[in-house]
Amino acid sequence: MARVLRTVLYRRHVESGARFGPFAGYEMPIQYQGVLAEHRAVRERAGMFDVSHMGEIRVWGPRALSLLQGLTPNDVGALAPGRAHYSALLTERGTFIDDLLVYCLDPEDYLLVVNAASRERDLELLQRAAAAEDGGVRVDDRSDETALIAVQGPRAAEIVADVVGAEAAELRYYSFLRDHPAEDQAQRLVSRTGYTGEDGFEIYTPPERAEDLWAELLERGRDVGLMPAGLGARDTLRLEAGMMLCGQDIDEETTPLEAGLSWIVKWKKGDFVGREALVRQRERGCRHRLVGFEVEGRGIARHGHRLTVRNAPDCTGPVTSGAFAPTLGRAIGIARVDCGGGPPPPGSAASVTVRGREIDCRIVKLPFYRRPKAGV
Amino acid sequence: MIPDDRLYTAQHEWLKVEDGKAVLGITDFAQQELGDVVFVELPAPGQEFAAGSEIGAIESVKAVAEIYTPVAGSIEAVNDGLEDAPEVVNEDPYGEGWLVCLRLAGEGPPDDLMTAAAYEAQLAS
Repeated sequence: MARVLRTVLYRRHVESGARFGPFAGYEMPIQYQGVLAEHRAVRERAGMFDVSHMGEIRVWGPRALSLLQGLTPNDVGALAPGRAHYSALLTERGTFIDDLLVYCLDPEDYLLVVNAASRERDLELLQRAAAAEDGGVRVDDRSDETALIAVQGPRAAEIVADVVGAEAAELRYYSFLRDHPAEDQAQRLVSRTGYTGEDGFEIYTPPERAEDLWAELLERGRDVGLMPAGLGARDTLRLEAGMMLCGQDIDEETTPLEAGLSWIVKWKKGDFVGREALVRQRERGCRHRLVGFEVEGRGIARHGHRLTVRNAPDCTGPVTSGAFAPTLGRAIGIARVDCGGGPPPPGSAASVTVRGREIDCRIVKLPFYRRPKAGV
Repeated sequence: MIPDDRLYTAQHEWLKVEDGKAVLGITDFAQQELGDVVFVELPAPGQEFAAGSEIGAIESVKAVAEIYTPVAGSIEAVNDGLEDAPEVVNEDPYGEGWLVCLRLAGEGPPDDLMTAAAYEAQLAS
């Protein structure tokens, strides 16, 4: 059996009363106080997540840009230093190997943030591509030298401003700062990004600084009601925000077009792995679609249940994510339905079978939840 | 802390038998393992069940747990209050968070149920 990994913040989680569970080879905090309380804290105040299990891969050198342009569908050339974007690694069939963030440190230096479960595979793929570049690009796995803390919620900015530096609060969405001048020697990167649908920050830090940083954030956040939050709340938050979970909603059988993520595909930037298949799919239409649905009857649709659109019995498929949505007070989900006759329009009546019982659902547009615009 | 006025199953349910009836619920350990309960599916009164059969389910945010009856019987009453306040299962699993009341079909509870002390020993092991 493979050894179970722990992040450098394990002791902090134990101190905070975490309940742990296995995730991508790690023993991760699933919840502390409870999923509902942590979910609410992030929506109303602030929550803090240890996501140090995520992989960080540095890709750098004179050929780094062209390598990444050829491997990912989004336009890396459009990224200015200090900016990041959401993208993917795709198969030749245009389906997801992984979804990821690309940070542009400078035009010859990029940081890829990838899912823990696919880190090894991503790394291998990148290294193989780099080997063909004749020394023009290097690929370094920085995952073990990087801890990652996400601070999310409407009060996150003031907490991060005090602990990390006031400039962090000035960051635009999907921008980042590095090597903060107000700080000591530690290499650190702070971005205004997240996976919750709220305003928030992700702070990449050397592991030896992580425990202190966690404690400082917790202390500073105390009076605004910041709570440590586990992967349980992270999952309900991202689902409400309509964000896909790689390996569950999107996988090697799903393309960005089927997942409603065509905005990460930049058709005019030149060739990339999977482009040809995606061009064909764009012309012929998608056979599957990921659709959002709300449960109207009593019950909760879960991963693996089957959703069927009423009046279109061919329009059916497995629920890929399903949970009770704390902010909405009802169950929601994402399903991967066949749709030869086009995707089911929002408002379509559907049903899902749970423990032998048919429960009424309705197809809805993603996301389920959109945060209120800041009153600035 | 585990009430000694009732019996327990290895699946972390409790059963309180009185006057040919049995009230069924889940233990404090079970509610902690489940986390925040957000939905409870209970059978209709009058429905009959064999011992060991599934009679409903408890859904938390992150998981679902089936409810089994360790005794044969018909549903005498269900805890309707859980429809609007499923969190009571977390808050008071041995009291207000009871699930169903069964009218026993047979003589009494089966022998393989545990006393509070035996259940506590199972939890500790």
